[in-house]
Order: sequence, then C-alpha cells, then structure tokens
Amino acid sequence: MATYDFVFRSLGLEDWCTAGGDNAAPMSMDALIAQSSGQEASTSIWDLPFPSMDALNDACAAFPQSRNVTLGLENGFLAVKDSISVVLDPITQPLSWMLEGALYGILNTPWWIVIPALMLIVWMVSKSWQLLTFVAISIGGLAFIDYYSYAMQTLAIIMVCAFLCVLFGVPIGIAMSRSDRMRAGTIPILDMLQTLPPFVYLIPLIFLFSVTEPKLYGIAIILYAIVPVIRLTDLGIRMVDESVIEAADAFGMTDRQKLYGVQIPLALPNIMAGVNQTIMMSLAMVVIASLVSAPGLGVLVLRGINNLELGVGLISGLGIVLLAVMLDRTTKAALNRINAAQKG
Amino acid sequence: MNTSSDKKTKIAIRELYKIFGADPESVLPLVKDGMSKAELMENHRHVLGLNNINVDIKEGDITVMMGLSGSGKSTLIRHINRLIEPTAGRVELDGTDIVEMNEKELRHLRREEMSMVFQHFALLPHRTVLENAGMALDVRGVPRAEFESEANKWLDRVGLQGVGDQYPHQLSGGMQQRVGIARALSSNSPVMLMDEAFSALDPLIRTDMQDLLLDLQEELQKTVVFISHDLDEALKLADHLVILNQGHVVQQGEPQEILMKPNDPYIVDFISDINRARVLRVRSVMEETTQRPENVAGEVDYDDNLESVIARSEGQTGLTYCVMRNGEQVGVLKMTDLVKALVPTAAAADGLRSGAA
Repeated sequence: MATYDFVFRSLGLEDWCTAGGDNAAPMSMDALIAQSSGQEASTSIWDLPFPSMDALNDACAAFPQSRNVTLGLENGFLAVKDSISVVLDPITQPLSWMLEGALYGILNTPWWIVIPALMLIVWMVSKSWQLLTFVAISIGGLAFIDYYSYAMQTLAIIMVCAFLCVLFGVPIGIAMSRSDRMRAGTIPILDMLQTLPPFVYLIPLIFLFSVTEPKLYGIAIILYAIVPVIRLTDLGIRMVDESVIEAADAFGMTDRQKLYGVQIPLALPNIMAGVNQTIMMSLAMVVIASLVSAPGLGVLVLRGINNLELGVGLISGLGIVLLAVMLDRTTKAALNRINAAQKG
Repeated sequence: MNTSSDKKTKIAIRELYKIFGADPESVLPLVKDGMSKAELMENHRHVLGLNNINVDIKEGDITVMMGLSGSGKSTLIRHINRLIEPTAGRVELDGTDIVEMNEKELRHLRREEMSMVFQHFALLPHRTVLENAGMALDVRGVPRAEFESEANKWLDRVGLQGVGDQYPHQLSGGMQQRVGIARALSSNSPVMLMDEAFSALDPLIRTDMQDLLLDLQEELQKTVVFISHDLDEALKLADHLVILNQGHVVQQGEPQEILMKPNDPYIVDFISDINRARVLRVRSVMEETTQRPENVAGEVDYDDNLESVIARSEGQTGLTYCVMRNGEQVGVLKMTDLVKALVPTAAAADGLRSGAA
C-alpha cells in the first residue's frame, strides 16, 4: 500500500504494526486528499518520499508521526514545568522586584530630579561637554513630545538588565578564561543564545512564568544580552600579555593577586567593550520583549504595528535610536578614558 | 674576579634535564643514554630543551649563560625560579632543592629570595613607574606608604629621578628597563635573574646599562644570573661564563680561560670575531714569576686589558713589563707573547682545540 511497507515486512514487524493500528494517528492531509479523489498514491520513482516519520507511518500505523516529536517535547516540557517553576520562581523573584522597583522609582521621581541625575552620570562617566549637550537635547526632545515616561521605562529596564548581565557575565567570563574545559562547555551555549531567534526564548518563558510578571521579560533580555560581556571578558583575560603574567609569577603573586592586580585591570578595555555590546543588545531585546508586557517605547512600536499608527511607530522607533546612541556614546567615552589611562 | 673558586656556591644545578613533548618521562632514559636532539625530534617527536646541565653559581658572582637562540638558555634560567618545571634533576639554593618545594615555599622563594629582570621589561602597564618599582614589596603585602620610599630609593639609584608618577609607556626602552632593574633591586633578594635583560636595547644604551649593572654589583654583591646571546656583553659582565649549545653546556669557566683555551669548535667560531685585545687581560697572557727581569719597560696591573698595554708600549714589540698585583710583582709580560695571544687560532692551537681541529 505505502512505499515503505517492505521495511516492516522484511523486519517481521507486521503484527506490531497492525496491533498498533487501532490507535493510529489522525490521517494526514495528503492521505485525505488521495482518499477523497479515489486514487492510490502514485508509485513513480520521481515521487519516492524520503523515509521520514510520516512516510513510515503510512506503511505502519504503529510508527509515530513526526508531529509526535514536537508534541512529545511539548508534553515533556509541560510535565516538568511545574517542578522547574518551583525552583526558578523564588530564584528569579528578586529580578521582578528590581525591575518593578526601578520602574516605580524612575516614574515616581519628578523629571527635574531624574534628568539632572542622568546628566550627572553622563558627565562623570564621559567628561565630555558635547555628549552632555547631545543627551540633554535628546531627553528634552523626547520629554517635549510626551514620550518621557516611555523612554524612562525602557532605560530603567536596560539599566537593571545590563547591571545583572555584568554581575553574572564577568565572573562567568573569568571562570572561562581560567579553565579550558569550562570554556569548551560554555561556548556552545553562548553560540546558541546568540543565534536563537529572540522570539524563541519567549515561548518557554511564557509557559514558565506568568505574563504579568516583569521577570519574564527580564530573563529574556538577560539571556540574550549576557553573551558579549562573557565572551569579551574571557577574551580580554586570555589576551593579557604573557610576559607580564610571567613577571607576576616570577615575583610570587598569588592567583588572586594576579587576577585583581593584573588580569582584570589589563582586560578592562575588552570588558568595557563587552558591556557596551551588552547594553546595545538589551536595547534590541527590550522592544521584542514588549510582546510579553515589557513597558516602554517597545509598547508604542507594537501599537504602531498592530494599529498601523505610522507616526507613533516611527517616533518611538527614533526614540529607541536616540537612546541607543546615548548609551553607546556614553559607554564608549568611558572605554576611551580607560584606554587613555593605560596606553596614552 | 679571579677568586670565584673559593666563594660559596649559592645555586647548584645538578643533572638537570628538560624535554618538551607529550610524554617527556618516557624518552628521558633515551636522552640519558646519549640520544641527540635531532634524533629525538625525528623519532620520538620530543624536543630536548636541556641536557644534563651541571652548573655551580657562586655567591656574589655574575654568572653569564650564553648561547644562540634555541640553545636553551632562557629555559635554563626559568628553572632557577621554577617558572618551568624540570623533567629530571635538582636545582639547589643554599642546599635546598627548589624542585621539591610546595606552592607556598616556592612563592616565598620568588618573593624573598629571587627577583627577575625580563628582556621585554614586562612592567605592569596600568601602574605608575613607582608602583612598578615597588611591585615586589606590594606583592608581599607591604603597605604603600612603606614601599614608596624603598621604590624611590632604587629608582634614584638606577638614574630615574622624578618619573615615579609616569606610566611605563611614557618612558623610552632604556628607561623602562631601568624600572625593571629597580623593581628587581627593591625586593632586596640575594639572587637576581636577568633574562636577556639588555638585548632589546640600542647598543649605546646597552653599554650604559652594562656599566650600571657592574656599578651596582660592586656595591651590592648580589648573585646575578645573566642570560645573553652577545659574547662581548658576556665577556664584559661575567665572573663565570657558561656556554650552552643545543641544550647542553659546551664549556664553562672563567671567561679568560675560555678565550685562551676554547675546547669546542662551536666556541672557536663564537670567539673568532671579538676584539681580543680589549677582552683579554694581562694575567691570562703573562708568565708567572716573582723574579724581576732585566730591561723592564714599566709596570702593568694584573687586571689591565691588553689594549691598554699596547697603547702604553706605543706599538713596540720588544718590550717587557712587570705585572703587578696589589703592589707586588706576580709575573712578567713580554710584548711578543701579547701579540701572539691576539691571534685566535694561535691561542687555540696550544689549547685543547689542537686535538679537535
């Protein structure tokens, strides 16, 4: 009847097939069309199907269909989901608190405190009048068209997530730089995190956490944005001049003295470049995360798409660009100051 | 300079082997049975780094280890403070085997007993010159207020006044290496290891630094192990010269002796190009006698080099000089002997080389 009947016949599995035939999977669309048109599936060599799960299922009803794979994964995930939640929920709860706190703080502090405070940070980090002027005009402009609260929400989320990325990413990077085995184990995970389409993170997270909880988008952003800071910390420490390390050894430095006195200071330019990239990536993710209730400019972008409100979408998109430029220039100015201190 | 034999041995290197490769232990017996470096590479894919090294390093001497690149000299100096682990053998400091030390003892050794100067300076680029100079003390946990004066003292001593607040990249190569030397000196360790310390510097600055080292050595009397690929430098600095080739010691001894009696074609090649008149000293050429000869043209010092004697004789070869040491006559120098000693092959011919050649 089907192309791969012979496989099961030759293996002597016909009994198993017919026994399992009772609970056969639903008929596929192809088979339905073929049945309704009254034709047997053609047997020309040109139409030889790949021996996929569906083709084998045609031959033997007891053989699982390919949709059982995704279904199985789904059921498996749902089965363990509750126990994962029991562990993950309390661990990640502080993330929710931090995000809620940051959003509450930045929205309930009057603008005439928040804006000068931001300016002060920019000045301390960059010591550049030009940058300060640019930031003042950008934030002023966004506030003037009443996008202030959206922009500040986005900024608060990024600050919290980038801070946590650095907090976890730098130690992971250091551990990677010290152990080749750790590095070999971590790199595939980093590669996966970096290339997995951002939307895909959201699916399992939605199952694990309630959509109303801030930690849902917080985790999505951190997973996506933590990669560069880990990679560049590892790279930076590995690139420290070997002769300097040798000198440190020759003068009897302990591993700890070497790490804090030599390796981290010399890797700092690379680590800062990683922090810059991490901030940029969290900004990219915060827009996507608005799909799962992350507040901020992303919500407006989403509104623009959903309701075809061209102006709202464009302006909020530009607002994100402005935020990105501000954050990028500020962190780069900090990086340059570190470089200047080290290499003149 | 000539009395090294009665000094105490500070560091004794005994039957030291180093083989690089996947399983050095397995090929060690082959090397001990005399397999050559080339053969070991060809048949067993292991690199013979050091082959049965035995050297006595005397207290207060400058011991120079010399060889071309690949001769194993940098590998050897790193065994002295165990930056490289030996495959077999012992390195004894005052009778204690360094190879047997645990991590804590080794750290103590590196902090208190030995300091090191590197070819490419290896200063910490993010710390000021002063902090670099005080690094050895900082590592030991001496608070900044205390090590600052010590670091400043040594920076002044190596001729770097008033640059303490600058960063290493703001200094020239010669100045950076002065910082490297100040860093090693401020640790007050009795042993100082210098790995091609002056090789990366310009010739003029190199001469300056050599003079600085000799000057400091006169005052401090440290045990210095100096690595060099430059024979002139080695002859200028060495109390004891060790010549390495392909990972083994070809000849070691007082530089004058090696110069007068090279025992290997490799060394003859090495010394054929140097200015012998400047390097050889009267004591190596003189005839030992306390009898005063007739027609003495004058007195020369035991440690004078031949160049200065030639200058005094104004080129006349018929003269005879009395050789004096601490005011007493110890020998006689005939100008004809002096001139003969200037010819490398003639000098080698009465040495061990006559059999080899």
